[in-house]
This record gives sequence, structure tokens and C-alpha cells, in this order.
Amino acid sequence: CNDLDLKPKYENTPDKVYVDLNGYRSVLAKVYGGFAVTGLGNDNANGAAGGGDIADIDEGTSDYIRQLWSAQELTTDEAVWTWPDPGVQDWHNMNWTASNVVVRGLYYRLYYEIALCNEFIRESSDDKLNSRLSGADVATAKRYRAEARFLRAVAYSHVVDLYGGGPFVIDTDPTAYTPPYRTRQQLFEYVEQELLALASSPEFAEPRTNEYGRVDKAAAWAMLSRLYLNANVYTASVPGQNNGTARYTDAARYAKQVIDAGYTLNTTAAGTVSSAYGRLFLADNHTAPARNEVIWPVTFDAANTRSFGGTSFLINGSTGSGSTGWKNYVGMPSGWDGLRTTRNLVDVFGADTARGRDSRGRFWAQGQTLDIDDVTKKEQGYGVVKYRNVTSSGTAIAQPLAPAFYFASTDFPMIRLAEVMLNYTEAVQRGGTGDAGLALGYVNQIRRRAYNKPINTPDASVDFTSLTLDRLLDERQRELHWEGFRRSDLIRFDNMFTRVTTNPRSNWPFKGGSRTGRAVADTRVLFPIPASDRAVNPALPQNDGY
Amino acid sequence: CTLSAAAQGTVGGRVLDEKAQPLPGVTVIIEGTQLGSSTNAEGQFLIQNVPAGQQTVLTSFVGYSTQRLPVNVANGQTTNVKDITLGENTTLLNEAVVVGYGVQRRQDVTGSIATVTSKDFVPGQVTNPEQLVQGKIAGVSITTGGGAPGSANAIRIRGNSSLNASNDPLFVIDGVPVDKGGISGASNPLSLINPNDIESVTVLKDASALAIYGNRASNGVVLITTKRGLQGEKLTVNFSSQTSVSRRFNKYDVLSADELRTLVQERGSAAQKANLGTANTDWQDEIFRTAATFDNNISLTGSIKKLPFRVSYGNLNQDGIVITNSLKRNTGSLSLTPVLLDGHLRVDINAKGTQIKNRFIDDGQIGGAISYNPTVPVRSSEAQYVPYGGYFQYLGTNGLPASQAPGNPVAALNNSNNISTVKRFIGNVQLDYKFHFLPELRANLNLATDVSRGEGSTATSVTDFGNVGQGRFTRFKQDKDMRLLEFYLAYNKQLGADTKFDVQAGYSYQDFENQGPNYQIFRFDRTTPLGDPPSPSGYYDPYRLISYFGRANLSVKDRYLLTATLRNDNTSRFGEGNRSGYFPALGLGWRLKGENFLTNNQSVTELKLRAGYGITGQQEIGGPFDYLPRYVRGNNSVQYQLGLDAAGNPIFIPFQRPAGYNADLTWETTATYNAGLDWGLFDNRVSGSIDVYQRNTDNLLANVFVPAGGLANKLNRNVGSLRNRGVEVALNVVPVRTEDFTWDVNLNAAYNKTEITDLGPQLEGFIGYQVEGIGGGTGNNIQIQTVGYPNNAFYVYQQVYGADGRPVEELYVDRNGDGVLNEADLYRYKQRAPLATFGFTTNFTYKRLTLNAVLRANVGNYVYNRIAADQANLIGIQQGSALFLSNVPTSVRDTYFNASRQRQIYSDYYLENGSFLRGENITLGYNVGKIFREGTNLRLTAAVQNVFLITKYSGLDPEIFSGVDNNFYPRARTFTFGLNASF
Repeated sequence: CNDLDLKPKYENTPDKVYVDLNGYRSVLAKVYGGFAVTGLGNDNANGAAGGGDIADIDEGTSDYIRQLWSAQELTTDEAVWTWPDPGVQDWHNMNWTASNVVVRGLYYRLYYEIALCNEFIRESSDDKLNSRLSGADVATAKRYRAEARFLRAVAYSHVVDLYGGGPFVIDTDPTAYTPPYRTRQQLFEYVEQELLALASSPEFAEPRTNEYGRVDKAAAWAMLSRLYLNANVYTASVPGQNNGTARYTDAARYAKQVIDAGYTLNTTAAGTVSSAYGRLFLADNHTAPARNEVIWPVTFDAANTRSFGGTSFLINGSTGSGSTGWKNYVGMPSGWDGLRTTRNLVDVFGADTARGRDSRGRFWAQGQTLDIDDVTKKEQGYGVVKYRNVTSSGTAIAQPLAPAFYFASTDFPMIRLAEVMLNYTEAVQRGGTGDAGLALGYVNQIRRRAYNKPINTPDASVDFTSLTLDRLLDERQRELHWEGFRRSDLIRFDNMFTRVTTNPRSNWPFKGGSRTGRAVADTRVLFPIPASDRAVNPALPQNDGY
Repeated sequence: CTLSAAAQGTVGGRVLDEKAQPLPGVTVIIEGTQLGSSTNAEGQFLIQNVPAGQQTVLTSFVGYSTQRLPVNVANGQTTNVKDITLGENTTLLNEAVVVGYGVQRRQDVTGSIATVTSKDFVPGQVTNPEQLVQGKIAGVSITTGGGAPGSANAIRIRGNSSLNASNDPLFVIDGVPVDKGGISGASNPLSLINPNDIESVTVLKDASALAIYGNRASNGVVLITTKRGLQGEKLTVNFSSQTSVSRRFNKYDVLSADELRTLVQERGSAAQKANLGTANTDWQDEIFRTAATFDNNISLTGSIKKLPFRVSYGNLNQDGIVITNSLKRNTGSLSLTPVLLDGHLRVDINAKGTQIKNRFIDDGQIGGAISYNPTVPVRSSEAQYVPYGGYFQYLGTNGLPASQAPGNPVAALNNSNNISTVKRFIGNVQLDYKFHFLPELRANLNLATDVSRGEGSTATSVTDFGNVGQGRFTRFKQDKDMRLLEFYLAYNKQLGADTKFDVQAGYSYQDFENQGPNYQIFRFDRTTPLGDPPSPSGYYDPYRLISYFGRANLSVKDRYLLTATLRNDNTSRFGEGNRSGYFPALGLGWRLKGENFLTNNQSVTELKLRAGYGITGQQEIGGPFDYLPRYVRGNNSVQYQLGLDAAGNPIFIPFQRPAGYNADLTWETTATYNAGLDWGLFDNRVSGSIDVYQRNTDNLLANVFVPAGGLANKLNRNVGSLRNRGVEVALNVVPVRTEDFTWDVNLNAAYNKTEITDLGPQLEGFIGYQVEGIGGGTGNNIQIQTVGYPNNAFYVYQQVYGADGRPVEELYVDRNGDGVLNEADLYRYKQRAPLATFGFTTNFTYKRLTLNAVLRANVGNYVYNRIAADQANLIGIQQGSALFLSNVPTSVRDTYFNASRQRQIYSDYYLENGSFLRGENITLGYNVGKIFREGTNLRLTAAVQNVFLITKYSGLDPEIFSGVDNNFYPRARTFTFGLNASF
């Protein structure tokens, strides 16, 4: 009885996990799930929280999509948030500090995902796979490993976009480790190398051959197009100056590879339920035809993949609790009265919104004012009803925990074809080598779909005959609003901070916390490295301005 | 021995106690010589080689008064003195003190130890053992968790030595270190011990006293000794019965229905006005009640031949002052304490069994009653309320609950049946064998177990607001098992008359298991599942401690005292190589009273200096496997979709998550320096003690950030340090002591200052760790742990006040002067823990009447008035929804705040001085004396608890451990009538 080596009963030591392919698959589910769910879900009351991955932030808030989305949207004209949750109003106010809880929570979520991927890759070395698995299982596990590498590159790309440089840790480093710092340029190059390696790796699935929810080479190409499109931002000598090395030809090339891989814009409306565009954001968007446009979805399910982030956050958060009509429309019996938009997003659709012509401009105006005097007043600002929790047949999703909790089953498109088409167009418009006619055609296909027109038939009533960068920025906003692109787009188009103030797109209500908007210092182009990490990792410098 | 071959004789005799029973083990010496002996099992002694002539026999024994007896020793003869009867000594300085693994004379003690015996316990309605000594011991702060029966108490001895590890003291009940943790279904694990069975409570405070308990002693040790029978004792039956009535004595000051109507008509929006009703409901009156408690205990104490025993049975039936809340407890105890083998084997058998049945309430409904709209009725006969059991509720047009609306608190309480049954058994057999061939050597074996079984359920009816039509049924079960084996050898020796020493060495094995299933949630019908099957299907938290300990006590001339201890502990909570911790301590004492210059001083009855140093350990943090790499399966509700099945439906894969771990976890250690002075004057009419201490905790087990890029961003690590410094004073005065009238006064005071001195690598600009959630959004915290500040300092904005003295809405001091108001302007202000605590007890005895009062005070503790911060504003009336109205505190008139609560809830305006003086208890007793026949006794008491409360705090009660006043279950004022009969 002198034994002090007690063993857990409900937890596994690693030697009991990686025993077969299913063991690998169960960890892969967490590597993917790191984008969707926030913890162990062992809070019996809701199954969405409990045993959170990230400490020192509200677990529901800590969701990858919720935080990434908030950083990309709440800092812009596309969204405002009512609640006085700690740190959240600072997104609008642009006065976050290095101690801000949401800036910190996002950072830790990105690095947690990196750690998960590292751990999976570490346990998937060739030696380990060969000793633990046999036959075809080894090849399957190597494919898993490639996907983990991709997801790690995505998380690092978000570090590059949001924080610039940061700690650098990969699978060959030990688990208890104080990582060195890598600059934004260095991390950019690392992400590029990883994506390039995957883009041609025999271990990575060919486009459209993998299971639903998993990624393939097209995802790597799409991420490369996104990375290269922003290369002059990411490699700038001074953050915010956008004077780095432009890579538009590369951006166009990889975008084209995706476009030619067989994905199709969805052009089929869901009867009276939604337009073809709207169908992309319905609860059954894991089914064709919506799924044919989506290159990488982060999946959610009201019963089995619950979180207080992701699309549950986007739909609950944007819905008014007091309006039955609103709730019925989005298929969510509850509403958090949280998210609304500024008039800039409404205005970019012009009169077409009011006439219902552009199917992408769907707002909840009833009971809401277009202008906002006080962001904390939920009746001010239109609601955005883009994401909905009804299926294409109009059925609301079964809610296992009603009436206490309601979750969404809508999958969130991390990458979809329309974005890649717009990437191509913009890259060519900015001087990348490519086909200008094709570039214009892509925009017009997207526009025709928006106006419920046949996408391959020219239509003078909606087509652009020529492009300008401002037009492209507006078109990206119309097509991609609330999908987590706006901040990066505004930065790339020089409309985010003080440097360019002449363009009306560079100001919006509550920019910088001012009702009418105010100029904000360029240094806000990067978020600060959280003080909490700098306190324990002396290698980390702080970004300018913090 | 310096004796010459002069005339010598032998002195013999017998020592008896007041009941004429022989007293073994009494030290008998010939005064002024080194000759001595100790009495045998028959109380007899024989001292040889005593110089002939006039001598004095000096007898002394733990817990008894010292006797001197002249004797004329005749050469070559044995002179027998008459029987010496020792009276039990009740003065503080000479009594027997229970210490770790043994008993010491108070005067031999070198550590800081405080004892309260049953005669000094706090009277009145006492449900939990720790309440017996509340306010009685300097440096021991006991904060009840509120007025709910059996609620958990926070016990802090000399502040807290840890940040994230346990700060609870170790409880040792009749030699059994019991499980520290709680058990599901009982808010307070100590409520499973019947206070009526307790004889004494001893608190060990400094390291020299604690280190013998090494591993879990960093927060002090509370030794509880229960009552037991004595050999040859006549059978005594004791019956005590108490009946109490409790009621709340103040209520939260909120607007009346009419006041709310007026305010909304004056300042409200159209939507708010539309939600005004015509009723006049005082929701606090609706949920609070006058509650009765019945506490009956019977015990039989005596001795069957040579088998002393005590058996007891207790029944407590306590109702809470909130409707539906109750506690029922049945306790039984048995102790057998035979002395066998001609006095060589002492057997100590204890068994205590308890069953409690609780019906809990959701404390949130107390907040609900404060904020529920007073203009609506409790019940309504309208048809739409039928599905809700006829209770008024806020409903949407579809008849379903209005979104975000709170539920009717009366309905919520009545609709929820949250019950638990908890059983606990603590038993031990202790054998203490004095070797026949070497009586100075003892072997002690203690086998013990502490078994708890908790289970319970919450059945929420189908008419419940949040679960309408379905109801809800949840349950839990928890099994805890502790097994203990301890063995030690003790050797004590008197070297001549002057030097006494004892040494002991022992081994301890203690094994804990904590496990139970996780249950599916059902609808009220208990058959229709709600949500997913639980995953994992249960929980299992074992841990094990293996320890070796030793102690040496040395006493020279009864004046120079030394205690040295060393303990080695090994815990399963840490990895190989980090498991072992060594905890040494040294205590020194100098009894100045024994020195020549004081021996004959009639004024100074006692004077002793004590000094001690020692190290204690702490390992009680996090889970049992925090050091181990492991994977945890996610619940089925958080699976991830990989692929679609043939029908096109997603395939959900449950995940395995690699857990963050720290392979380097090891002991947290607390080094304590203590110096003390015990003194008594004028026959101990005035006595007291003073202690000063410093406690440095190093290798602090703290939950801190670790570099990003690992599997956790925060882990429990051994970083940082914490320091406590303090002074404790105890004073006992007997101003009047006559035959008929006695008046005594006990005063204790303690000052403790805690400072976090290190939290690992720090960087300019790193604010620290924010703690203590306050709601008002997700993740708001009001307190902070920062280096250079006390633990749990408040972290707030500095409110700006207008010329009229009122706080200006949303205006705070830009403390860093950067022109921007943001979180960088938060500042650390005050702390939740009191800086000073005071206890005051006084007793008047006039013939058969006694009057006893206990007062307590805390100074320097601050309270965040969350109710005011959340509710005392105009937007509090309309909690973000046009569908319902809420009531607000009357203090809304002090501010009329009407904007976002983002920063407002962090305003130091809501931070209030929580210093208080509480009239804890006043008890009037009358001793009727014998009834019917000799040897019987009847005593009657009437007590009032929580007599008064003096404080500047604007809420109900500032004595809140967390420092956040939030849905606090108010402490009641209780009137108790008791009788105690023995025959």
C-alpha cells in the first residue's frame, strides 16, 4: 500500500489514446473542433460550456470563431455589440490595452489551436504511426497529420493578421516550453512555406475528395491566395504602412487553382425560405447545393456540436428577444439582443436593400432605428439576418434543451468560393498577372447570383462594366459581410486608421467609440501582445503603441 | 545524585482525583531535590533515599492543581503520607492541552495553541461545530456562509497562506484527521458533527505546534475532542432540548409598489409604464418567514465495570427563514475508553454516525425577491397562468416565458424540490500500549475511517417558469472514503527531578477516494431524457499521503522548554521525484515564573515566553492528476463532425482532448515565525497571551499564466510567495470573584496583514490575476491578485463626484492621465478580508443565574455591494427588455444613473466599508439545581443570537467572506429556549 502512483479512471494516459486509427480520429476531432467548441461541454445544464480550453476568459466568449469574428467585425462598420461584457466595447472604442480580456482571449485561443495541432503532429511522427498502426491506417493518419499542419498554418495566419509577430512553437519543440519570438515577416514566411508544402503534398487530400468538414489542397490554395493578397500588409516595414512586398500574381494564381477545382457558386434558392445566397447560411448548409460552394466549413450542431460561440453566437447574438417575427425568421426561439450593424453596411446596398433586390442585404428593421446614438441600446441599429437556424425547407432545428438553451446547426464558412473569386479579381485589379476579363466576370457572376439572375448570362441591370478598388471593397462587403473579413479588408484598402481619411469608407458610427466616428492611430492595426504572456515569456516584445 | 550516605527514608502514598479515583501518571517529587516518581495505575507512588527530616511532597499532573504536602521522613523507614487529592485545575495555564499526537500540559507548550472547552462554547442555536468558538479565539476568523441551516463557513486562521490551494484548516476529530473537502448534499461537511458531542476545540496556530501534521497544516489545525465517559463514573443521563425561533431582522431597502409606480410614471419610457401593474407585493415578505428549530439531544455517560462509555443521540430539525428551506439531522455517537492490562493498554474507540436531510433553495431567488416587480401579484387566476400553477409570470403572446424575464421567486421556490441525504461515519480505534518491561515506552496505533455518502436530486415541476410543460429532474451522488493507519512509538523519561524529555516517532498512511456517477438529466417525469447522456459516466478523485514524523520535547527545571518536530510527507498528487516534503519545526519556551526572581512573587502567577519556527506544507490544489499527461473525453454535446453518412447526415466524433499538465508540481511551503508571551497575574484574575507572527509561503501553488503555445494558458505552478504578518492578543479578566457573584471577561483581538510578494516573473504593466466574478455580463471580475497588494484586493474605477456630492454618471478618474478612460485606469483599493478581528465574551454569574454575552467585530473588510451596482439605476428597472419591469433599491434616488453599466459596475462607489460590530449572542441561564433527588440537575437558558449589528454598510450584512454581496442569504435573529437536565 505504499504506492503513490494512482491512476485516473475517467481520463486516459496518452498510451491508451493512440492505440488505433479511431484514437487518432478522436484527437483529430478536437483539432478541428478547436475552431468550433470551447471545452469539454461537461456543464450538464447546457452541454456547451464546462471544462473550458482557455482560462481567464468567459468560456462562451472564448470560441475561436466568436473571437476572430469579433476582432474582424466589431472593430469596423459592420457590427456593434450591446452588452457591457468586459473588454467587448473596446472593440468599437479602439482603446483596448495589453490587458484587455478579449484581446487576450483571442490570442490564447489561436495559440491553443496551435498547441493542439503540435500535440497531434508530435504523436503522428512516421515512427509513431508505423509502430502504432498498420496498413492503410498509416496513410489515413498521415492525411490527418497534414490537415493538422494546415489548421496550424491557419492559426498562425491569424496571428500574423491580428498580432503581427508572436511566439513560435511547433511540434518538434517540447510540451513545456517558452517559445522564442518570430517577427511578422518570419511568421508570414512560415505560414507560406507550410501552405506551399501542403499545396503539393501527396499526403494532403486532392480538392473535393475529403470527407465533409475536413480540408484539402483547395483550402491550402485558398489560404495562400488570402495570404498573398495581404502580403504587402503583412511584410510592411512599419505595421499599417502596407508597403511590403506585393504578391498579387501569386494571389491570383492560387485563387485560380481553387476556382478551377470544381467548386460552384450555389444558384439554387430554397423555395420561399431563402435566396440562393441566403441558402449558404442556413442550418442545412452541410448539404448540397450550398456545400458545393464551401471549401472549409466549421461545423455546428444544436445537439452534438454546441458552443456559445460560432453560429449560435451569430444567430442568438444578433436576434432581438422581443420580436417573435425576428426570432421565427432566423429560426431561433431566443435572442441575446447583442449584435446589430451600423448604417454603413445598410447603405452599401443603396436603395437595393429597401427594394429587396440584392438578396445579400437582409436586415431586421422593424422596431429598430437605422442610426445609433447609444450602442448599448438594442433598439438602435438594424439587425443582420444573414445566418439562420432553419433548414432549406423552412424547418427550425430541433432544440434538445428548449426552453432553457437554443443552439444553431448552421455551419460557418471559413473559406468559400465567392471569397476566392473576389480574391482573384482584386489581385488582378491590383496588378497581379491574370485575366482581367475573367476577374470582372467573377464579380458579375457573384452580383447576378445576388440579384437572383442566371449567373452566366450578362445582365446590364446588375453587371459592372469596369472595376475600381472602391467598388471591389464595397462588393466584398456586400458579399462577405459578417464573415470575418472586414477589418483585414479595410486595412488592405487603407481605410481603417488615420492615414487615409478622405475616403468615406474610412469612417463609421462609433469608430473609436465616437458616435460620429473618429480617427484612430495607425498602431491599432495590430493588437497588443497580451501583458499576461509577456509577463511569463520575456522574449516577447510589445507592438508599437501599447 | 549528590546525596551522601546520611540518614534516609522512603516516602509512599496515593494520589486520587476529586471522585476518589486513583490517578496514574502523576509526577511526585520531593521539593528542592531531584527525587521523584510517578504514580502507578493505583495512584500509588514510592520515593526512596529521601533525606530524613521535614520534607515537602510536591504532586503535579496535567490538568490538575499542584499540591504540596509536608512530611516528616524517618531514617530507614517508609513514611506514608495521607491520600493526596488533586482538584481539577480550570485555570488556563495549567490545563491539559490536546496537541498533535498527544497531550501536553499548558505550561509545557511552546507553540501558539488556543483551547475552548464546552463550558465556554458559544451557546444558543449552534448547528455546526465551528460556531461553538466563533469570536472566541484570537486570529481565528469564522465567517458563516449566511443564514441557511448548515451553510458552509469559511474558517481562516491567521489569514490565508495560499492563493489557489486550500486555505481551510485541517480538522482532527478525536485523533482522526478527517477529509477536508466537502460532500455533495451538505454545504458544510462539519455540519455532520453534532456540536453537542464536543468537549473541547483546540486550535493550533503556529508552525511549532502544526508541523507534526506537516502536509496539510499550513492553514492551522483544529483539534476536536468529543465527550467521553470515565472509569468508575456513575451513570449520568443528560438531556438537552432547545427550541428556537428565527426571523430576519432587516430587509433590503427596495422601492415599494407605489414608489416604483411613481418613479416609472415620472421618468420611465412608455414601454416601462405599460408593464406597471396594480398590485402591491412585497416579495421579500413573500419568501421570508419565521422559522422554528428543534434540537434535542440525549446522552448516557458512565462506566460498566471498567468500561467507560458514552452514547448519545441527537435530533435537529431546523427550518430556514426562506420558505421551503430546511435541515434535518440525526446523529449518534459511541465512545468506549477502557484501560486494560493493568493500566498498560488504553483503548479508545469512537464511532460517530450522522444522517442529514437538506432541502436547499436557489439563493438566486433571494436576489429575485429584491428585484421582482412589486406591482404584480404573486398569483393570478387568469387562464394564461394555469400552466404555471396559477403563479403570475411574465409571458409572451404565445403564453411562453417572455425572453430574458426572471421567474416569479415564490413560484420558483415552491416549484423546486432540491433535496439531499448525506450520511457520514467517522470511526476509529486507538490502542495505546505502555510496555510492561519499559513503562516509559508507549506504542500507539490508530486505525480510522471517515466515510461519507451524499446523494440528492432537484425536481423542478412542470409548472416552473423556465421548464414549463417539461419540468426537470437532476440528481447526484458522491461517495467519499478515507482510511487512516497511524502508528507511533513514544518514550518519555524523567531524569532526576529537573529534566523531562519525551520523543516519539511515527508513520501515517492516509488514503482518500472521492467518486460517483454522473447522471442523465430528465424531465420531471424522470423518464424522458433532457440533453445528452453524461460523459464521462462518473468521476474519480483519489489521493494518498504517506508520512513519517517525529517529535522531541525537553523540559528542564519546568522552565526551559524545547519542542522539535520533523515530518516527511509524500503525496500522490505530484510526480515521481517531487512527492517528498520535509517539514521541520522548533519551539522554545522559557517559563520565567519558575525562575527564582518570580517564584515567590505573589502577583505574577504565570509568565512564559515562547518562540517557534517551522515549516508546513500544502499540496491540496487542483485535481489529483495535475502532474500527469492525460487525455479527457469531451461530452457528446461537443463532438465534431467529420464526414457524412450514407444518408447525408453528419457523423459526429467525440473528441479526446490533451490536458495541460505540470510535471514539476511540488510542495508549497509555509515558514512561520512566532513569538508569544503567556502571563497571569493575581492568582490568574488577569491573564492573557500575546503572539506576533510572520508566515512566509513560498513555492506558492498558484494558478498562473504559462507561456502561450502550450496545452493550457494557465496552470497550477509553484511560483510566488505570500506573506502574513500579525499580532494576536488574548486577555482574560475576572473583575469580581465572590462566592455569590462572578464576573469574567474575555477579550481577543487579532491583526493580520497579507501581502502577495511574488507571482513569478513579472513585467511592468502586467496587472495580475482578476478574480471573483460579479456578473453584469460575461467574465466581469471585481478583485485582483497583484504583487505588493493583499490577496483579493478590489480592482475598480475611482468614481468622480459632483459638487452636490453625488457620483457623476460614467465619470471616473483618469488615473494614468493619458486622456483616455480605459481599463488602464482601474486601481487596487482595499481588500475583502478584515485587517483586524475582535471577540469579546463576558459572563456574569450570580448564584444560580448566569448572563453571558459574545460580541464580535471585524475592521477593515470591504464589501462590493453588487445589488446596488447591478440594480440601483434606472436601467435596472428595465433589464434590457421591454417585456418586463424590475424593482430597484431605494438608493436609485442617490444616483438616478441611467446609462450603460459597462464601467459603472466597476465604480468604487459600490465598494463599502464592511467593518461591523455584531452582538453575536446573549444568553441568560438559570440553574434550577437538583430536581427530585441528589445528583440531578436542571438548567434553563434563554438566548438571543445576532442581537444587533452595527455597521456603516448600506446592504443587509457586511460579513461576507467573498467580499461580494450577491443574493446573500441573510443571517437571522434567533431566540432560543433551552433546558438541560442530567440525572
